[in-house]
Amino acid sequence: MGAYAYRAPSSVEEALSTLAAEAAAGNRAQMLAGGTDVMVQMRSIDKGPRTFVDVKHVAEANELCIGTDEVFIGAAIASAVLNESQELKSILPGLIEAADLIGSTQIQGRATIGGNLCNSSPAGDTIPALIACGAVCVIASSGGNREVPTEDFVTGVGTNVLEPTEFLVGFKIPRPKGRTSDAYLRFIPRTEMDIAVCGAGVALTLDDSGVCTAAKVSIGAVAITALVVPDAAAALVGTTVDDAALAAAADASSALAKPITDKRGTVEYRRKVVGVLTKRAAAIARDRALAL
Amino acid sequence: MSKVHVSTTINGDSVEFLCEPHQSLLDVLRDELGLTGTKEGCATGDCGACSVMIDGRLVCSCLMLGVEAAGVDVTTIEGIAGPDGLHVIQEKYLEHAALQCGICTPGFIVATKALLDKNPDPDETTIRYWLAGNLCRCTGYDKIVRAVQDAAQNLAYEA
Repeated sequence: MGAYAYRAPSSVEEALSTLAAEAAAGNRAQMLAGGTDVMVQMRSIDKGPRTFVDVKHVAEANELCIGTDEVFIGAAIASAVLNESQELKSILPGLIEAADLIGSTQIQGRATIGGNLCNSSPAGDTIPALIACGAVCVIASSGGNREVPTEDFVTGVGTNVLEPTEFLVGFKIPRPKGRTSDAYLRFIPRTEMDIAVCGAGVALTLDDSGVCTAAKVSIGAVAITALVVPDAAAALVGTTVDDAALAAAADASSALAKPITDKRGTVEYRRKVVGVLTKRAAAIARDRALAL
Repeated sequence: MSKVHVSTTINGDSVEFLCEPHQSLLDVLRDELGLTGTKEGCATGDCGACSVMIDGRLVCSCLMLGVEAAGVDVTTIEGIAGPDGLHVIQEKYLEHAALQCGICTPGFIVATKALLDKNPDPDETTIRYWLAGNLCRCTGYDKIVRAVQDAAQNLAYEA
């Protein structure tokens, strides 16, 4: 008891048995992906012994598979690696731009989408983007894999549905079909490398005449978890995503937001800006879909 | 507390070391291996002074455990110069006086090497965004950008 340790399992089974053994021994185990949050927290707000269980050697967590119906993104893949996949960027541009917004070149060499979700910050940039594109979390569990929609994964500030003996293996995302695209925007007071004041992710599908047939909108940093905005999606569906529809979607996001006032922004400001971001992200997703 | 035995490659040499499971790669490099060219600025991944390359990819060594270096290829500032002297990037930093106090310089040079390995002809915007994770408290950014541009040109002539 009371010591740091490090394990690097090479398979899902070995990782699960490592987590189970640590739990049985009364040790705290913590999954380690890129470490860009974990290492900082270990030295500041979350000191204390634990066993690090490195997910980066688990084969499934490193898998990137772009299938005809589904995309699988392993939880341990660094965002710089994802960003180098031109195919992934072309089919899920919003998700990749969200990952690309996080941190410097150095951070992106380590940081992962899986880690961003498991850190479960209200301001995690990839979370609204994952929700918008319909990502489902694949969680390794002793009874086999279980799947949880991303919008149901985070339960509060820094908390999520993972049991101590479970871990996130990756994401299943329906491969966008036809004229389907996505976009993510966030607001920060400088050009890059800051924590979102608020953010908005939009995915939508247009038919041949440019009418929106499906949409999903998610907003971040305006509540304790990222929110799905059904009314914003409803405002876009059945329209050509024109100015009136965009304005209605913006209003729906602003209405649903439950932000707090802190050093990054006030309640009133965040409520206003999250609407603007919703509108702009929807317009970008529309233009991307039209270009397909 | 039991130390962990790690086998890795640093600057082309096979290296073995013992470290604590929670010791950062930065602390291992500096305190266990005597490779003090890599600097600690913030130890929170914000300043880039501790930049190294892992299998050719730029990372902050303060945000990596020493044990995570097992089996990878680590490049530190000590591995940038060749047997015949300074690397062109280092020469150009000197020539352009792209350093003042010098604490950020090893990180900047490793970051520049990683950039030019990936993109031999970056435009100024690309250079500035790539190096945005390296902070210089003396604010010598403009000379640094000029040095990187000049190094890129020289490397292109050599190639």
